[in-house]
Amino acid sequence: MTTRKLIKGNIAICHGAVAAKCDAFFGYPITPQNEIPELMSDLMPANGGIFLQAESEISAISMVYGAACAGKRAMTSSSSPGISLKQEGISYIAACELPCVIVNVQRGGPGLGNTLPSQADYFQTVKGGGHGDYKMLTLAPWSAQECYEFMPLAFDLADRYQNPAMILMDAIVGQMLEPVDLHNNFEICDYSKSWATIGARGRAHNIINSLWIDPEVMENLNLRMQAKYAAAQLHETRYAEYRTDDAELILVAYGSPARIAKTVVDMARDEGMAVGLLRPITLFPFPSARIAEYAKNGSRFMALEMSAGQMVEDVRLAVNGMADVAFYGRTGGVVPTPTDILNVVRASFSKPPVFSSYPSERRSVK
Amino acid sequence: MQKVFERPKGLTDNEFAYCPGCLHSVVHRMIAEVMEELDIIQNTVCVCPVGCSVFMYEYMACDVIEAAHGRAPAVATGVKRVLPDRVVFAYQGDGDLASIGTAEIIHAAARGEQLSVIFINNATYGMTGGQMAPTTLIGQKSTTCKMGRDPQISGYPIKICEMLATLDGPSYIERVAPTSPAGLVKTKKAIKKAFQNQIDGKRFSMVEVLSNCPQQWHMNPIDTFKFIEDEVSKVFPPGVYVDR
Ligand SMILES: Cc1ncc(C[n+]2csc(CCOP(=O)(O)OP(=O)(O)O)c2C)c(N)n1
Ligand code: SF4
Repeated sequence: MTTRKLIKGNIAICHGAVAAKCDAFFGYPITPQNEIPELMSDLMPANGGIFLQAESEISAISMVYGAACAGKRAMTSSSSPGISLKQEGISYIAACELPCVIVNVQRGGPGLGNTLPSQADYFQTVKGGGHGDYKMLTLAPWSAQECYEFMPLAFDLADRYQNPAMILMDAIVGQMLEPVDLHNNFEICDYSKSWATIGARGRAHNIINSLWIDPEVMENLNLRMQAKYAAAQLHETRYAEYRTDDAELILVAYGSPARIAKTVVDMARDEGMAVGLLRPITLFPFPSARIAEYAKNGSRFMALEMSAGQMVEDVRLAVNGMADVAFYGRTGGVVPTPTDILNVVRASFSKPPVFSSYPSERRSVK
Repeated sequence: MQKVFERPKGLTDNEFAYCPGCLHSVVHRMIAEVMEELDIIQNTVCVCPVGCSVFMYEYMACDVIEAAHGRAPAVATGVKRVLPDRVVFAYQGDGDLASIGTAEIIHAAARGEQLSVIFINNATYGMTGGQMAPTTLIGQKSTTCKMGRDPQISGYPIKICEMLATLDGPSYIERVAPTSPAGLVKTKKAIKKAFQNQIDGKRFSMVEVLSNCPQQWHMNPIDTFKFIEDEVSKVFPPGVYVDR
């Protein structure tokens, strides 16, 4: 049975975790994701699971590591400064090839920053924020509905690839109230976890470890991980497109900026500019092949981010010099308005800027 | 002929790679014996530290997880919370437990996690080459305090048993010195109690073992025992700190 509820993205994450049959949640308070541990402290015990508020993000991810070693579906959530602290644990979890889900509701940075929307943790997320050659399978929801639906997907990807999966959000996606269909159309697979450390119970003892002194053995682990990532690139790349078919300019954006960009596509189309939107849904694996196809067919690109320009580097790598790649971004918690973006789009079509009729927009353009 | 001494079933067949005379080996053996005596080898998960005992997973016959430096109590918490009917223990050195992992051990103890922790205090960072540890004695030399630990620069040794004894969470905290036959018997008894407590559903149990490091102390093993009895035990008095 489907219920429809008006909820925040953060709340949808919690219901998605329950739908995914998450066994354990370990977290530490930080804005703008506090709704998640608060609701999980009710939902987990109510559904036979474990909730524990850890003493720090380092401990929370270490607890996730322990619960994942025990073969359970474990998760944690945090926001940028807390995610920085989790990098040690994420590297270990990736190296031990353990599944888990980490939610990052990004906030303005660097440093303590602020609690406003930002996407400045893209590099940290997809380029390996912790040490070593690893990747996180990364999903970027743009709505509360996707927050709900990506939790079972993230757990499934994590189990299938035995790798940490991240849900990368921004404070708008986490905090915005939207109607969400809390359906149950998920196939929750039971993965065999013969490697789990649950007590040997008659079999040879299991060891979960990431220390490999012999360089050849260590390299073999790396090669196996890279093969996994190549397979994920092939099979798990997800993206959405809007009016891209005949687009001269393709806006590339994920999360909240993609929603603003969609509005801009329609505004630009009304003015006769052939603009489309490509929204990466997986940030790793990145939809590079799709972007390259458009580049070959003569489209040019503009990356839109709430950062100083991070994802744009992956767009450029995908395009590989075949087409022009422009960038527009705001940082520190400033959210670009449709008119902000429309004006950069207009400039790229050699058209003069327009002024917004929204007073709220005029304030933010100063 | 009757066999009177054999390898405990809690150990694998791998040979210890510890330096000769190092008490890590002795404590490993005791844990293995205790697991065998309590018949819990098949039901136990060991969380090992970063330090000289990082290869513990090679030696323990039970399931083993290698934790990041200092995080063993949090990792063990993660396991125990989702598998409450398993025996979960952490094994940690003093750098691991009393320096980089102080938050983890204090909070695991404060929460009264149903864990057994074996804490090997050898007053040095053995694995990385004998640098100063949080437990290095005042005046004791190390590679990062060559003239001896100076409290003006490096402060004072951390007394973990005394600190954790201020908390309501722990069921059992004892410090032992396995430097004499009597000390060895006490150590084994304490380790067994820490495991038995967990089986009995008691809360956090920790045994601090005053250990040695012949390699980094630049002493022969016999002299290390004397040093523990004469010097280390003065700063870190053996005894039962919590038992309830
Ligand atoms: C995050 C991190 N910092 C530093 C190290 C390096 N390191 C390895 S072992 C160790 C000290 C271990 O000392 P102790 O816990 O006293 O154990 P011992 O070797 O004396 O048994 C250090 C600092 C590491 N592996 N990880
Ligand atoms: S360096 Fe010290 S602690 Fe490490 S094995 Fe050798 S004697 Fe033992």
